[in-house]
Amino acid sequence: MWGAGAAAVAGSLYSVDVFGGNKEDFNYDRPDLKRFPTYCDVCFWKCAGWTYVDDKGTIKKIIGNDIDTHSKGRLCTRGTGGLGMHFDDDRLKTPLIRVSKKGEKSVFREASWEEAISLVASKMKDIKSKYGAESFALLKHGAIGSHLEHLFSAYGSDTVAEPAFAQCRGPRDEGLKLTFGESCGSPEATDMRDSKCLVFIGSHIGENMHNSQVQEVSEAIDKGVTIITVDPRLSTVASKSKYWLPIRPATDMALLLAWMNVIIFEDLYDAAYVAKYTTGFDELKEHVRQFTPEWAYSITDLTPKMIRDSAREMAKAAPATLIHPGRHSTWYGDDTQRTRAIGILNALLGTWGRRGGFYFNEKAKVPKYPHPEYPEPAWKAKDLNVNLLFANQGVTNEVIRASIPGEDTTHQVKAWMVAGTNLTQSVPTEKNLMMKAIEALEFLVVIDIYPVEITGYADVVLPECSYLERYDDLRNSDFRTPSIALRMPAAAPRWESKPGWWIGKQIGLKLGLGDYYKFNDYTDILDWQFKQMGTSLEEMKHIGVKNLPRTSGPLYIEDGAEHIFKTDSGKIELYSQKLKDVGLDPMPVYTAHEQPPKDYFRLNYGRAPMHTFSKTVNSPNLNDLRSENALWVNPKVGKIWNLKSGQPVWLKNQDDVVSSFPIKVRLTERIRWDSVYMVHGFGQKNPEMKRSYGKGVNDTEMITKLMVDPLMGGTGMRGNFVTILTENPKETV
Amino acid sequence: MRYVMVIDTLKCVGCSDCVVACQTENDVPTGYCRDWVTESVTGTYPEVDIELRSERCNHCDNAPCVRTCPTEASHIIEGGIVLVDRDLCIGCGACIESCPYDARYRHPDLGIVDKCTFCVHRVKKGQDPACVSVCPTNCMYFGDLDDSNSKVAQLLAERKHKVLAKEAGTSPNVYYLI
Repeated sequence: MWGAGAAAVAGSLYSVDVFGGNKEDFNYDRPDLKRFPTYCDVCFWKCAGWTYVDDKGTIKKIIGNDIDTHSKGRLCTRGTGGLGMHFDDDRLKTPLIRVSKKGEKSVFREASWEEAISLVASKMKDIKSKYGAESFALLKHGAIGSHLEHLFSAYGSDTVAEPAFAQCRGPRDEGLKLTFGESCGSPEATDMRDSKCLVFIGSHIGENMHNSQVQEVSEAIDKGVTIITVDPRLSTVASKSKYWLPIRPATDMALLLAWMNVIIFEDLYDAAYVAKYTTGFDELKEHVRQFTPEWAYSITDLTPKMIRDSAREMAKAAPATLIHPGRHSTWYGDDTQRTRAIGILNALLGTWGRRGGFYFNEKAKVPKYPHPEYPEPAWKAKDLNVNLLFANQGVTNEVIRASIPGEDTTHQVKAWMVAGTNLTQSVPTEKNLMMKAIEALEFLVVIDIYPVEITGYADVVLPECSYLERYDDLRNSDFRTPSIALRMPAAAPRWESKPGWWIGKQIGLKLGLGDYYKFNDYTDILDWQFKQMGTSLEEMKHIGVKNLPRTSGPLYIEDGAEHIFKTDSGKIELYSQKLKDVGLDPMPVYTAHEQPPKDYFRLNYGRAPMHTFSKTVNSPNLNDLRSENALWVNPKVGKIWNLKSGQPVWLKNQDDVVSSFPIKVRLTERIRWDSVYMVHGFGQKNPEMKRSYGKGVNDTEMITKLMVDPLMGGTGMRGNFVTILTENPKETV
Repeated sequence: MRYVMVIDTLKCVGCSDCVVACQTENDVPTGYCRDWVTESVTGTYPEVDIELRSERCNHCDNAPCVRTCPTEASHIIEGGIVLVDRDLCIGCGACIESCPYDARYRHPDLGIVDKCTFCVHRVKKGQDPACVSVCPTNCMYFGDLDDSNSKVAQLLAERKHKVLAKEAGTSPNVYYLI
């Protein structure tokens, strides 16, 4: 039972500078509307825009900021529909405190902020005195993260992890670091607008709406780019491709090695670049000699001609060729090595630091608001990653494991703060470890906008307000040119919800950490920072975005210039001594991954352009565009299994886990016969999420087998197999 | 003056940004839309292709909705934009039945028929329709086909294109580059 939504006006604890703008400076396209700058929080691309509000204070629309490099004045579907997060009446409304006992059906009561914050602070003190502050972990995602990291650092805990690493980008970032000494950042430093050949490997741009990338692919199409897409599914971008390589799932590494073979043995590589900037070419050449297209054919189902033709096409356009490293890369457990293979191919074609390949990005230097030094924790989240030598940050699954008594870990975790991530949907675990950990915790506090599933396990739930109702840290991302952007509220927080910075500060004050919170309002910090950077909060309210000049040098390696890579050798490491020294493969190798048994299909998942993870599925505007996911099934399979499009089915995986809800079949020629596909984020389990409850299947629920990356702990999720049940298993059992 | 929309199916990713931008620009109630995205799949795996199209009222020269409207609420203004006069509309729905593009819906609160206006309120100010101005792939173009220097005229002169339901004889003004 969830507390009834007693809508109360936000108290005096916080007031919003809603009408702080200077009207005459605004270039309205509707004179009846005022506009307030923001940068989008629906995804991590953080596009800057304007929120338009009418004279009654009602948010009407959100439009991109023309001078913003991330959006170029055009927000994506989710950004345009972002106002749904403000209007959604299913949001968390007040702080909630659990009244039921652990393990019983969750019952909460509404609480005041004073009571809820006091309870959280007292538990934090309690954990600290019993086990040390380090035993209180922060698991977070998104804008609230930095506010809470500040709190945790001041409190004495660096036990921080986010699914963005071990469930998403981690293998890619570590693989690129091992090869080039640095990753491609976010937004990725991919120079697609000037690419003449673009290669996507399981990366479905256009279905993932990474805004500036989608815009740049389109710009490249206008200029005649050749696109090569490797995907067992005809993704949207595959349909725009000259070469679609409908690969057998889980065999990408074989193709990458065969491409290297063709490029090296047909002398298609950039010999000058390779000689000048790389190390280990001779070893690589010997290594890939055996990986001919003919060898790869039997593994990948791709013909040698297709492999050769596509490799030649890449080489023809080089160095304006981009073999995109993707983003969500936790697939099969050899993902860091697969990214190394992608990196090596890029290096052979000389694309890193070249126009149309990868550029050198730069972010602004933002001064830190002064505060006392943080205490040094006795141990950090990284110390839990004993066997993961290349995990350079906290790994969610290691924090979860350390929360279970009796697990073999270096340290114990006793309590969690979970913020901005529906952990049960964002982090898959084997053998129900997530639930075992949650049951063992002494305290769990969840901060979110929505009553997502994880809130149901919490002892205390704190409602954050939507991004359209709050200030946040200024935006400072890597791009071609540095820029900063302001997020300011366009409306007051609804009900009793509060901004993340405010929640962090109130907990900090209750913990006696006032020295770390010597500001009244977050605008104090923003104005101080903006003034150090030659602008001010006042000016930023009128311009939203400030673009700054580059100071780090040119975008590309200039002709004749020297370039030192940030690796140990100062060169691109085709052969990695670093990996060899710790007993790992110095060059990528092909490992055969398990293929589905009879009557089972590989479960593939991906994104829909109108949704971000599970974060948007209940938003009225975005739910209206897509309210549930569908199970893509090849029509031949449909015929054998006697399935019809629109028919609800249940799924059962290799570990006999059955989906909580049915999913409708979509028979489509766009998918191979050996796999099924669904969009991630659906199948919400809390009935309070009225629009999205029980709509579709939550793919994470079906992912109970993880192929863990031995380098950095990434949880490979694409080795799960499902079979299709046409009858409701809960009724037949 | 002849306003047309040209949509490049080779760039469209079917993201529906045009749909939600129209909804917020024009106060379209949740659950209804003036534009929408369709996907046509042809062939069999792996010889398969898709076409994604953002669709809406075609602002036809020979508009069945205008002919069937008993109150003259549906009418054509200068530039060829088909509009519904909300004061004259009685919500009978004859136009909804006659439209070969299924481009009209009955407004749940106002009791009248509603549809795409090419964002005439923006066009009058020299702006693009909301859908065109938001599209992240820049796959939509709006302009005057009578002006041979316009982007739309150039695209239709240079690129292979089609219209929808040509056989209906409506002379539609939304073109798809293919």
